[in-house]
Amino acid sequence: MSTPAQSGASLTSPARVTGGEGTPRVKVEQASYAYAATDRSAPKFTLGPASFEARQRELVAILGPNASGKSTLLMLLAGLAKPLSGRIEIDGTEVSKLDIRTRAQRIALVQQESELLFPLRVWEYVLQGRYPHGRRLRFESDEDCLLAGNALAQVGADAHRDRWMDQLSGGEKQRVILARALAQRPSLLLLDEPTQHLDIGGKVELLRRLRKLADENRYTVLVVTHELNLAAEFCDRIVLLHKGKCLRVGTPAEVYERDLLGEVFEAPLEVEMRPGGRPRVILRGSH
Amino acid sequence: MRPLTPRHVFTICLALCAVLFVAVVISLRVGAYPVSVRDIVMTLFNAALRRWSEIPPDFQSIVLNIRLPRILLGILVGASLSTAGAGFQALLRNPLADPYVLGVSSGAALGAILSLIAAPHAPGLIQAAAFAGAIATIAAVYFLGRRGGQLDSGTLLLAGIITASFLSAVIMFLMTTLPGRDVRGMAFWLMGDLSSPSTVDLKWLYFLLVIAVGSIYTTSSDLNLILTGEQEARHLGVNVHRVKLVVYVAASVLTGLAVSVSGAIGYVGLLVPHVIRMLFGTDYRLLIPASALGGAILVVVADTLARTVVAPTELPVGAMTAIAGAPVFIYLMRRRVR
Repeated sequence: MSTPAQSGASLTSPARVTGGEGTPRVKVEQASYAYAATDRSAPKFTLGPASFEARQRELVAILGPNASGKSTLLMLLAGLAKPLSGRIEIDGTEVSKLDIRTRAQRIALVQQESELLFPLRVWEYVLQGRYPHGRRLRFESDEDCLLAGNALAQVGADAHRDRWMDQLSGGEKQRVILARALAQRPSLLLLDEPTQHLDIGGKVELLRRLRKLADENRYTVLVVTHELNLAAEFCDRIVLLHKGKCLRVGTPAEVYERDLLGEVFEAPLEVEMRPGGRPRVILRGSH
Repeated sequence: MRPLTPRHVFTICLALCAVLFVAVVISLRVGAYPVSVRDIVMTLFNAALRRWSEIPPDFQSIVLNIRLPRILLGILVGASLSTAGAGFQALLRNPLADPYVLGVSSGAALGAILSLIAAPHAPGLIQAAAFAGAIATIAAVYFLGRRGGQLDSGTLLLAGIITASFLSAVIMFLMTTLPGRDVRGMAFWLMGDLSSPSTVDLKWLYFLLVIAVGSIYTTSSDLNLILTGEQEARHLGVNVHRVKLVVYVAASVLTGLAVSVSGAIGYVGLLVPHVIRMLFGTDYRLLIPASALGGAILVVVADTLARTVVAPTELPVGAMTAIAGAPVFIYLMRRRVR
């Protein structure tokens, strides 16, 4: 059980935390998946049926230890694989039934790293986000440039627009990759471990930025992360996975139970409840 | 933020066309029998208007029957190989990919030689066989270059180099053990050479060139995204399977086309796209047409040098492109390793 406590030092709270609004934008209903090395061999990894919903303006964290199925779930949400059973819907349409361009107009996926074959300037990279909105061979319009510029400004990377991508630091690159996703003008933003190569300041800044994007742009944001405390601080909802099973879905306070987290992460964890109802995870015996 | 515009593409292509025209005029001018620029222009002008009687017989023979067909062949081969190289580099996500390095040219040469052995006089068969050889080789190299289900850059290059050397050995074996066949000399297939006129009407070869380059051009926006990775391109709405199919088939047609008339000319597909990238950037909407024109310029210049530097003896044009291309290959490889 969580232990309510009057906490001491804490991360700065986000400007505003909302609980999402309207009808569910994303609906995951008993979606499952299995990987196999070949078509005939036994599955190497199975993601059991998972169900949850996410509304607009909601920031949802997908948590779990390594090999728990987080990235697989994200792949299903991005429509890159079709669930073996169940369904995943965005705005009432099954994701796997969307044509590839429509899907890219609605869903943007930010991955950990973008490996470029040839050098590219930041603004060229961000303009790629406008691709799903154009016809084949179309040259970018003034509107595309404006939207790409706005996306760069939203992530605070406006000053880098003329720099080469390979000259950016990890944090700067992460922001530019996010800007390309924003230039897609999606309704669902998916992020795969975006905090992996960032220092603590960068992690807090990124989560705060995602919170703001969800609030201001009415995005639904789903983020795969290992950052338990940042997820508790900034997210509206948590999806906890373990060994391919969806163990718990709910608000941070509902999901962060000492015994549950200890068992999932195989570590002696303690959960404190901070003022405002947001839990904090600490190592048992560390205070 | 100044994105690429059609006007920008057109301007650069027009400038490259002007450079190509100058290269063509110089190539028509130099040789054992020098012809003045004025005579060349008049000959071309009269030929364009079909006023054959106003062209002196010497000029008709030297300019129109000997030098011009060879130059047109050079333009075809250069445009084909450099466009194929640019396509392979994006799809295989490897800046060192080129029809010659990957063994695709050797595969096309082997196909062409087998067709010459089987049916030496069948029209168009040599091109079809060269295409079949090219596409079979790129498929083999693609699968040999995969490790753990993923395309591995180093493994792919090794697979290409080994395939190229194996196919070259097979070609040498065929050339030495099958005497008296209708083949045009080992150097033609192994080093590349433009001295033998095409047995197929150039019109048809140019028709195929335009179709294949045009097909690759329709995927140029997609190729820009594939440069960041196939998975990322898919997220952004690119139908990667369709693009791969179009580019692999069209690039194999282009390689087959070039090799069927000139043998395996090396490094054009490597050298030209990189120079164009350095000059004008990496956007494939410009890179494809600019590479086609750049390749044409390179092969016309290289062939002019090949037939003049040690005159009256001729060098294979492939030797000239290799002299220019091999150092660039080593430079790019070292830059990658660093």
